[in-house]
Amino acid sequence: MVQLPIYLDNNATTPVDPRVLDAMLPYFKESFGNSASRNHPFGWKAEEAVDWARETIAKYIGADPKEIVFTSGATESDNLAIKGVAEMYASKGDHIITATTEHKAVIDTCKALERKGFKVTYLPVNKEGFISLDDLKNAITEKTILVTIMYANNEIGVLQDIESIGKICRERGVLFHTDSTQAIGKVAFDVNKMNVDLASISGHKMYGPKGIGALYVRKKNPRVKLSAQIDGGGHERGMRSGTLNVPGIVGLAKALEVCMTDLSEETARITRLRDKLYNGVTAVLDEVYVNGPDPLTAPEWRLPNNLNISFAYVEGEAMMMGIKDIAVSSGSACTSASLEPSYVLKALGVGEDIAHSSIRFGIGRFTTEEEIDYTIEHVVTAVKHLREMSPLYEMAKMGIDLKSVEWAAH
Amino acid sequence: MYSEKVLDHYSHPRNVGTLDPNDPNVGTGLVGAPECGDVMRLQLKITDDGVIEDAKFKTFGCGSAIASSSFATEMIKGKTIDEAFQIKNTEIVKELNLPPVKIHCSVLAEDAIKAAVSDFRAKQEKLKEVHS
Repeated sequence: MVQLPIYLDNNATTPVDPRVLDAMLPYFKESFGNSASRNHPFGWKAEEAVDWARETIAKYIGADPKEIVFTSGATESDNLAIKGVAEMYASKGDHIITATTEHKAVIDTCKALERKGFKVTYLPVNKEGFISLDDLKNAITEKTILVTIMYANNEIGVLQDIESIGKICRERGVLFHTDSTQAIGKVAFDVNKMNVDLASISGHKMYGPKGIGALYVRKKNPRVKLSAQIDGGGHERGMRSGTLNVPGIVGLAKALEVCMTDLSEETARITRLRDKLYNGVTAVLDEVYVNGPDPLTAPEWRLPNNLNISFAYVEGEAMMMGIKDIAVSSGSACTSASLEPSYVLKALGVGEDIAHSSIRFGIGRFTTEEEIDYTIEHVVTAVKHLREMSPLYEMAKMGIDLKSVEWAAH
Repeated sequence: MYSEKVLDHYSHPRNVGTLDPNDPNVGTGLVGAPECGDVMRLQLKITDDGVIEDAKFKTFGCGSAIASSSFATEMIKGKTIDEAFQIKNTEIVKELNLPPVKIHCSVLAEDAIKAAVSDFRAKQEKLKEVHS
């Protein structure tokens, strides 16, 4: 028997893996020291743990331990990277390049800089969510100081061609930041191979705790300098003051270690479940559209755990009501505070009706085959129930082109 | 998050279906737009004395939109078209306990009723013209 509710929203957050929790617990209790206390064993023990965490994280992304700056999460890392570079290199230039489909932590940080006089280019994406490398090349000017493009998109799972983007940036002498929150621990990531200068990392998307993250900051070729955004005791080589969250830091490193230890097996298992879900619903339902790269024909360009699909003629929030025992998310306006459909889906140019009909399934480490079977069955039932009462489905089946209808927009 | 009544209408919608739009006694109201995330189609079968004897709906939209239109078909049956035209969205809000962000669903249902009645009236006018 399947245990309800089922959690299929692992692109929003993930549970802490028991191995991660076990690694963290001593640092709440007997090893509670402040890693900045240099004169007693309590401090040494904490410092040792932080050093281990720094080395572990660095090892898995091909970095040097001195290049890891701990933060409170990816939003802070994005802010520190983008504002930190903008302020530090303001005398060199005032132009930043990003994409329209970035996370709000990047978009809104760029908007804040625009209010301070910086210029920002928001690159468009194609139907699958990729930026064009030619657009990027053409956007870079003498005034460009930073390119910030995410590795994996949180909504549609598209993986940008980070290696090529990094190469372009390196050739043009522009710093490259990537928000790798969704990608790290799920797909291979190497800061040197990919020419990444700054990378944002989060704990809670990879079975670590919430409230902890890191920023990779390249130390040489080129040496990246950042203007600190939080002042204080000069922790993290002056880039991020504040007593280190030792249990969180240990949890972050342990989480990454667990992910990387079984990466290929886990990727294979999760991909199989994702494809089973996709094949299961499309075998029965017509007019199901994938948002982002096709999981079957272009799996290398998509997060293995992410399936974002639109059930045409069915509204997303109604769909979520129909599968109320399955936790997913939707790009529908009705599920957002702003009552606007997902800006990421709108940026794909797929039509707002498709955005309203989208459901994001995020498969995780603890997702079982039985849960996927249950999900397929209930998704199919809900879509049939809702299409039965959808005027759009009826009109489409009668051969009416919905685009030719004069709708009274409200 | 949803009231019991919304959940009930969502799971067991009343009067889902289609009436013949070419029937002179049927008025059809189609309101909303796919890009806004909700479209309601309400159809009323109206006697020659102007009494609504049947109502059918189909809705693309969230649970509250589905419930609003389902409830509208229930409340409108048996009413005269003049009475139906007087129905206010606030009656739907009250009955279904809609939160402020879902008020527009009830407005859409009110619009659908008015559109269906107007369509019926326009049809009748046309018929009169043809006969006279």
